[in-house]
Amino acid sequence: MRTDVNVFLGSYPFRRIPGTSVGAILEAMERVGTDEAWVSHLPGVFWKDPAEGNGWLYEVSGMEPSLRPVPAVQPELAHWEEILDEAKARKAPAVRCDPGFHGMDPTGSPIRSLIAACGEIGLPLMMAVRLEDIRQRHPNDAAPDLTPGAVRALVRSHPKTRFAITNAERSFVEEVHFGSTPEEAARIWWDICWIWGPPENHLATLLSTVGPDRFVYGTAMPLRIPENGVAKLDLTNMSSEHRAMIESGNARRLSGMEQS
Amino acid sequence: MLVDIHAHFYHERSPRADWREANLSRFKAGEKIGISLHVASVLGTWGKTSPVYFPSPDDVVFGNDFMLAMQREHPDRVRGYVAVNPNYTAHALGEIERCLAQGMIGIKLAASRRANDPLLDPIGELARQRGVPVLHHIWQRRRHEWGGQEASDAAELCELAARHSSVPFILAHIGGGGDWTHTLHAARDVENVYIDLSGSGVDGGMLEACLDAVGPGRLLWGADITLCTGWAKLRYLEHLVEEDDLEKIRWKNAASIFPPGAFTAITD
Repeated sequence: MRTDVNVFLGSYPFRRIPGTSVGAILEAMERVGTDEAWVSHLPGVFWKDPAEGNGWLYEVSGMEPSLRPVPAVQPELAHWEEILDEAKARKAPAVRCDPGFHGMDPTGSPIRSLIAACGEIGLPLMMAVRLEDIRQRHPNDAAPDLTPGAVRALVRSHPKTRFAITNAERSFVEEVHFGSTPEEAARIWWDICWIWGPPENHLATLLSTVGPDRFVYGTAMPLRIPENGVAKLDLTNMSSEHRAMIESGNARRLSGMEQS
Repeated sequence: MLVDIHAHFYHERSPRADWREANLSRFKAGEKIGISLHVASVLGTWGKTSPVYFPSPDDVVFGNDFMLAMQREHPDRVRGYVAVNPNYTAHALGEIERCLAQGMIGIKLAASRRANDPLLDPIGELARQRGVPVLHHIWQRRRHEWGGQEASDAAELCELAARHSSVPFILAHIGGGGDWTHTLHAARDVENVYIDLSGSGVDGGMLEACLDAVGPGRLLWGADITLCTGWAKLRYLEHLVEEDDLEKIRWKNAASIFPPGAFTAITD
C-alpha cells in the first residue's frame, strides 16, 4: 500500500505543467505504484477564496475512490468553520491552508483559530513550505515560504492539532523537530518530497535522528515528477517495516484512522 | 550502460568530515542505479582554504590530484574532469595539459569568471585542440549576482560556445535551480551546447521542455549531488522517450562528445 499525501489536481498559473488532469494523475499513480492520493485543488491555492475549489475536489474524489480530498480553508473569510464540518462529514484526511499564498500572517489570529478548530474537530492541517524553489519562480510569484519559526509557533498554539508539513527540506525539519517538545513534535508529519536521498543521505539521516514515525510519502506531483519519491525510497536503506510506515502507515495515523 | 556526466568527489582537505562516506554513498547508490561511469570533478578544497567557486591555484592542483587518484583507484567506474580557475590563465592551461595527459577526459569550469569573458577563450581553444568537452556550471537565468560565485547563465555560455563552435559545451544541471525555461530558449539553436539533466530539481514539465528544445540528441544524463533525483528523471524518461533515444541520453550522446576511448572501460 502506498499513499501519496501531496498531490495536486488542476493547472498551475505560473508555467505549463503536463499531467494535471484527473486522468493523468491516475495514470501517473499507476505508473509509480501509488494506491491512494490525497489531492488538493491547485488553482484554488491562488484564489481569493481557495474553498471555491472544494466542490470540484469532492466531486472528482467521489467518483474515484483512490483520490481522497484535501479541501482548502481561508480562515480570514467568514463562515470558514463550515468547511471543516463538511470536510469531517466527507471523511477528508486533512484540510489545507497556505497562508503565504493567501497573503495572511502565517502566525496570526485567523490561522490560530483554524488550528484550534482543527484540533477540536480532529482534522489534520496540511501546509506547504513552498510549491516551487524560490530560485526559479515566476517574477510575479512573490508568496513567501513558510518558515520553521512559523511552524514552531503554530504547533505550540493548540495542544491537539496534527500537522502535515509538505515540501520541507532537511534543515527545516530538524529546526522544527528539535525546536519543539517531544509532544509537539509528535503532532507533526513531514512529507519526503523535498528531502534528499544519496549521496547526501538527508532522508536516511532524518530517519535515524527524527525517526521513521514522523515521515509520510509525498511527491507534490504533478508540480514534481512522482518518480522522485519511489527512487528516493529505493535508494535509502531502511527496514521494510519503516518503509511501510512511510508509504502508508504514518499517513493513516496522521489522518486519525489509527492511533499514534 | 549509464554514464553520470556530472559527479563530484570529496577529500580529506574538504570541510566535510564525512567525505569518505559521501564518496562511498555515491558508489553504492550508483551500483543500485546501474551507473557504469561517474565522470567527476573536484572543486579545489571545497571551500576550506579558498572559495569553492574561486579556488586558488594550489587548491586546484590538490583537487585535481585527488581526482586523478580516484581515476587510478577506480579505472572501471571513474573518469575525471580537470577543474581550473581561468583567472590564472597560464596555470589553468598548464593544469589542463597535465591532467589530460594523465587520463582526464574533460574540462570543468565552475563560476570563477563569467562564461562569455574573453579570458575563457584560451581554454576553449585548448579544448578544441585536445578534443575534450567543457562542463560549465550554470545558474539557470541569473537575474542578479549571487554570493560566492561569478555565475553564468545559458545566454552567456552560448556566447562562448558560439566562439568555439567545434567544442562541445555541457550546460550544467538544468535542474539545479533557476529558470530553466530561459536556459532552454537560449540554448535551443546552439548545436554545440548539450543539456546536463542533473540537479535536485524534478519539476513536472522540465524534461518535456528539454526534449522539445534540443531533442534527445543533446541531452546528457547526470546527477550532481542528488542521485535520487537523477534516478527519478531517468525513470520518468523511460516512459517519455523511445528506447533508442533513451540510450542516447543514458550514454551514447556522452560517448560522442568525450574523446575516443574515454569510455572503453564500459564499452569493451
